[in-house]
Amino acid sequence: MENISELMHGFEVALTVQHIGLMLVGVLLGILVGVLPGLGAPNGVSLLLPLTFGMQPVSAIILLSSMYWGALFGGSVTSILFNIPGEPSSVATTFDGYPMARDGHPTKALATAFGSAAFGALVGVVLITLLASWVAKAALQFGPAEYFAVYFLAFASFIGMGGSPPAKTLVSLSIGFALAAVGMDTVSGSVRLTMGVDELVKGVSFVVAVMGLFGIGELLLAVEDESASIKGVASKVEWREVFRTLAGLPRHGWALLRSAAIGCWMGITPGGPTAASFMSYGVAKRFSPRRANFGRGEQEGIVAPETADHAAGTSALLPMLALGIPGSATAAVMMGGLMIWGLNPGPMLFIEQKDFVWGLIASMYLGNVVALALVLLTVPIFAAMMRIPFYIITPLILIVITVGAYSVSNSYLDVVLMMGFGVLGYLFKKLHYPLAPLVLAMVIGDKAEDAFRQSMLISKGSLGVFFSNGLVTTLMGIGFVFLALPILGQIRARRTETRPAL
Amino acid sequence: MSTSLVRATLLAGAALIGTGWVQAYAWEPTKPIEFIATAGPGGGTDNLARVVQSAITKNKLLDQPIVVSNKGGGSGAEGYVYGKSQSGDPYKVIFGTSNAWTQPLVSKVSFKHTDLTPIAAVASDEFLLWVKQDAPFKTAKDYVEAAKSGDFKMAGAQSKDTDETLTRMIEKAAGIKLTYVPFKSGSEAAVQLAGGHVTSHVNNPSESIGQWRGGTQRPLCVFNSKRLPEGPKITATESWHDIPTCVESGLNVPLYNQPRTIWLPGGVTPEQVAYYVDLLKKVQQTPEWKEYIERSSQTSEFVTGDAFKAFMNEDFERNKKVAAEQGWLVSN
Repeated sequence: MENISELMHGFEVALTVQHIGLMLVGVLLGILVGVLPGLGAPNGVSLLLPLTFGMQPVSAIILLSSMYWGALFGGSVTSILFNIPGEPSSVATTFDGYPMARDGHPTKALATAFGSAAFGALVGVVLITLLASWVAKAALQFGPAEYFAVYFLAFASFIGMGGSPPAKTLVSLSIGFALAAVGMDTVSGSVRLTMGVDELVKGVSFVVAVMGLFGIGELLLAVEDESASIKGVASKVEWREVFRTLAGLPRHGWALLRSAAIGCWMGITPGGPTAASFMSYGVAKRFSPRRANFGRGEQEGIVAPETADHAAGTSALLPMLALGIPGSATAAVMMGGLMIWGLNPGPMLFIEQKDFVWGLIASMYLGNVVALALVLLTVPIFAAMMRIPFYIITPLILIVITVGAYSVSNSYLDVVLMMGFGVLGYLFKKLHYPLAPLVLAMVIGDKAEDAFRQSMLISKGSLGVFFSNGLVTTLMGIGFVFLALPILGQIRARRTETRPAL
Repeated sequence: MSTSLVRATLLAGAALIGTGWVQAYAWEPTKPIEFIATAGPGGGTDNLARVVQSAITKNKLLDQPIVVSNKGGGSGAEGYVYGKSQSGDPYKVIFGTSNAWTQPLVSKVSFKHTDLTPIAAVASDEFLLWVKQDAPFKTAKDYVEAAKSGDFKMAGAQSKDTDETLTRMIEKAAGIKLTYVPFKSGSEAAVQLAGGHVTSHVNNPSESIGQWRGGTQRPLCVFNSKRLPEGPKITATESWHDIPTCVESGLNVPLYNQPRTIWLPGGVTPEQVAYYVDLLKKVQQTPEWKEYIERSSQTSEFVTGDAFKAFMNEDFERNKKVAAEQGWLVSN
């Protein structure tokens, strides 16, 4: 248990007045950038980075990682209250979080999200503490074929569960893939689908698409629906509700553990937090006895994506420290920071910079506790926002989204795109097309494509590469099972239907 | 004299005393400056932009704030296209590499390097041939011999960019065939090598120093006409200087490196260019810069004006030749 004593030493480093102060500041700033859609953790961390140049590396990383925790928590707030995901990884939280809040339980929805998020993060840190070196080695097993298998599995577990007519799912999925293909292609180096618009060479920003599809789309729908939209939701602001919700969370123990496991695994491999939250939501829906209730404000539909998102977000820092490969966009910015502070990410960091590494790990425990306490304090304030009448909050939301879309990369084109996506989102809802497959295809579509084509290059065109070793075969196998399950279920259902007739 | 004028004079006086010396510029920035890294966070170009930012901020070379933003979409094309669209704005400084002139050769992007105003090339990054730590080859010659089997996989960052160009040069020089597998970045390529999914890559020193120290991969040779300068030991026994040149080691690719370049948008005045040339010269004198060069094992240089243009044309022709041989050229 050498790691435990190292961790104790880490706590000595992290538990100083100055560092606790930095955590508080970091978390508060993080909540702020997380709540404002479009700004997000990567932007926030990169704005804060110059301030850390003069600091000790360990103080600097504590400040930045605290900001990251704060932003991860804050990102769920707008998803739940207004159906506007502040981060790609909180899209899945909107599926049940928003209906629950709209039905008058914003406090319960927020408290559920924060509680399970904190649990996910905690599992992620424990994993880092106990298994750091083993995990780092395991991550090396993943070559292009294994990456593709992971993405395939994420698709299969989410898409396979159905819900919408397969044809509509396919349409939504295809539009997502097409959007993911816009811009420069990594494998061939050529520019695709920019339709003569120079700026599109960078691709279509995912955050911009999500803000339009969900945020603007929802506003358009609400404008139409007079009855629901004239006054705000009469939600009670109650402290007891926060604690009651937290106390009730252990009832979802199995979902919490499973989602944390999915999250940790996707954070390390690196499928990333977004894939993790979608996959976890898909799996939860499949195995829940209350399956029919998903999408209508089911508590487990919030628990699953939030836990996985945070478990993935936390464990994504491990490959960064141990291998020098960032598991998320924010981790990539922090890695830039590491180099400027004069540290080289990589296996030697754990040996040469013990104070730094274990100080950071200890600060993950403390930072998450600080973040949870702070966000729980803000729950009633955020929940009260639901009571603001529609005609006041709508213009405000519109302004915030527009500014957010612009601030993603200071581009006017993004604002136009976001509005376009708003109309698309509205049409999708009106015509009952599912949005989720589009979102998923957009996020991991191009990564899956790259991985597939890299595998094909390596295997010289043989599909056998996806069954060439135990790991990749297992992943692909589970993926196929997930895909086949709904079809088998339908066949069985049909049989039981037809049997009485015989 | 009105009180506000008195106050302004006092403040100006205080500022002068504060900096200790006065230098008159024909043009000086009067509002915040944006540094545009034509790469995602964490890569070599991003690092350069942030080091320059930190050197300027720490040494108070400039009293305007600097913001670094990443526009790395489309292998950096996003940043250059943005630079092109900001014509005449001296508050946008673009950080890139040689891809400013090589990318328009091979992809249908809507900028040319002549749309931007060159400031300087401030460093040049080396390329090395890396293999897995436990690979059987000891020299580049061993590698070339073994590669004749035809199933060697070379990982690299991006397609038809520096890494692939160098790979094709190696193929031609050694008479071998390599399967080039493009990844998003050099660090991804390094992890793939550590996991044994590919045979080699041609990363810059800073992209793989962590793995070399950690004993997962080692360099066979450096693509330069002379060995890297003497420096501290990186592993227990070796420093960068101990790595032979590729020609020494049996692979006849004498020189290939990557300049780190800095640009302004088109349509700026000579005074504005002169200001930044001077600012960057001062940055090169700072301890932050020296530390950066040593840590990333690059060569510090300062090529500006006509010399920069001449270098650019030469490099442009060299890359155009490889691109033409490979059939990559596109008409823009």
